[in-house]
Amino acid sequence: MSETKIIDACNTYCPGPLMELITYMKQASVGDTLELLSTDNGTAADVPEWVNKIGHEMVSSEKVGEVWHIKVRKIK
Amino acid sequence: MRILVVGGGTGGTIVANNLARRLAPEIRAHKASITLLSASDRHMYQPGLLYVAFGQMMPDELYRDQASLLETCIDFHVDPVEQFQIDQNKVKTESGKIHEYDVLVIATGSRTMSRKIPGLTEGAETFYTEEGAVKMFKKLRDFEGGKVSIVVGVPHKCPIAPVEVTFSLHDYFKARGIRDKVEIKYNYPINRIHSIENVAKWAKPEFDRMGIKYETLFNVEEVDVENKVVKSMEGSEDHYDLLISIPEHHGMEVIEKNDLGQDGWIPTDRYQLTMEGHDNVYVVGDTTNLPVSKTGSAAHFEAEVIAENIASIVKIGTPVSEYDGKVYCFIEAGHDKATYANFNYLTPPDLKAANKSMHWFKMSYNKMYWTSVRGLL
Repeated sequence: MSETKIIDACNTYCPGPLMELITYMKQASVGDTLELLSTDNGTAADVPEWVNKIGHEMVSSEKVGEVWHIKVRKIK
Repeated sequence: MRILVVGGGTGGTIVANNLARRLAPEIRAHKASITLLSASDRHMYQPGLLYVAFGQMMPDELYRDQASLLETCIDFHVDPVEQFQIDQNKVKTESGKIHEYDVLVIATGSRTMSRKIPGLTEGAETFYTEEGAVKMFKKLRDFEGGKVSIVVGVPHKCPIAPVEVTFSLHDYFKARGIRDKVEIKYNYPINRIHSIENVAKWAKPEFDRMGIKYETLFNVEEVDVENKVVKSMEGSEDHYDLLISIPEHHGMEVIEKNDLGQDGWIPTDRYQLTMEGHDNVYVVGDTTNLPVSKTGSAAHFEAEVIAENIASIVKIGTPVSEYDGKVYCFIEAGHDKATYANFNYLTPPDLKAANKSMHWFKMSYNKMYWTSVRGLL
């Protein structure tokens, strides 16, 4: 059964939000949705670029207060 | 108060020594005790492996006897833990002995996982073990020209290592007078050449000046050893003559087997450094799942907070400090200059130009580490 896992990468510079997402994406099962939380504005552009290149699915991306909430579904 | 530290690497050793000093009166009065369990009677200075890979240090320079690094009041055993019975405040070791505790510190570290990528173990050199570093140096020494490719697994210990090994390759081949016969290609998992934005901004013009090529969004999927091609999950291929890998890391197998955390990383409170749901269990260094660098530096600063808090719990019944995410990393920018990255959860690093003084500071620190791990520096 698929699940949504939240990855809190707020206020972190190394390894950084996209590296955190890649780490947890490797642990996830196909169909799982990961929600990345980030205070780094660059993440909003970095994540879709990687997701589109590797072939996963961008579910949503929105900024709530100072925190980006970016949802990605693992496709393969 | 019975304090049990599991793991004798940088984090575990600093926690134990720091606590031994803070709690000296309580230990003398038999009101506190410190036990350290490790898998080895030797302690390795892991950052030294990069120098071994370039023939700049010998492997025996990286080791000290673990017992020689510990305060004499610490009860030290080479007897790794097999079972964590967290709900019963006890562990069972390989020898079958049971250790009960009031406070537990888990500092078991991490391991390389090259075997997860088909062909990577056979096809790539890596300097994350003594054997690997020596083998890599011999390969470099025999290399007379061609393409050297670097690939980086996620997650990996020491996020600075990919750029350091790349700068070192440039200087190594330059010193041998064959840099013009060597193409260096750097492949990195995210869409800039380092995870820290300011490191990426600093390193990119350096790479350009040195003629180092790079490709981003390159996560290794497999290595075709026979045809010397490394393939990425993103669909690109890179032909190489010599492949160097910064391998993916996991936490230790004992953590996974005891269901303490996926891939061996224990869910940890980023400020208190306690295991989620267990206020008397602390986690230090690589073992945490925290979004901070897996480095000796992070382990060091975390260890100081943990020791301060355990000591204050003994003395006044409450923790007094929080980890602010502090990390200080030297960055070797070749064989004769270096810079550093100093940051925490809220403040990004502000990189300075690399210089010779910082390189010699790093070379000095390679010796000073033994003072640091004793909890004196």
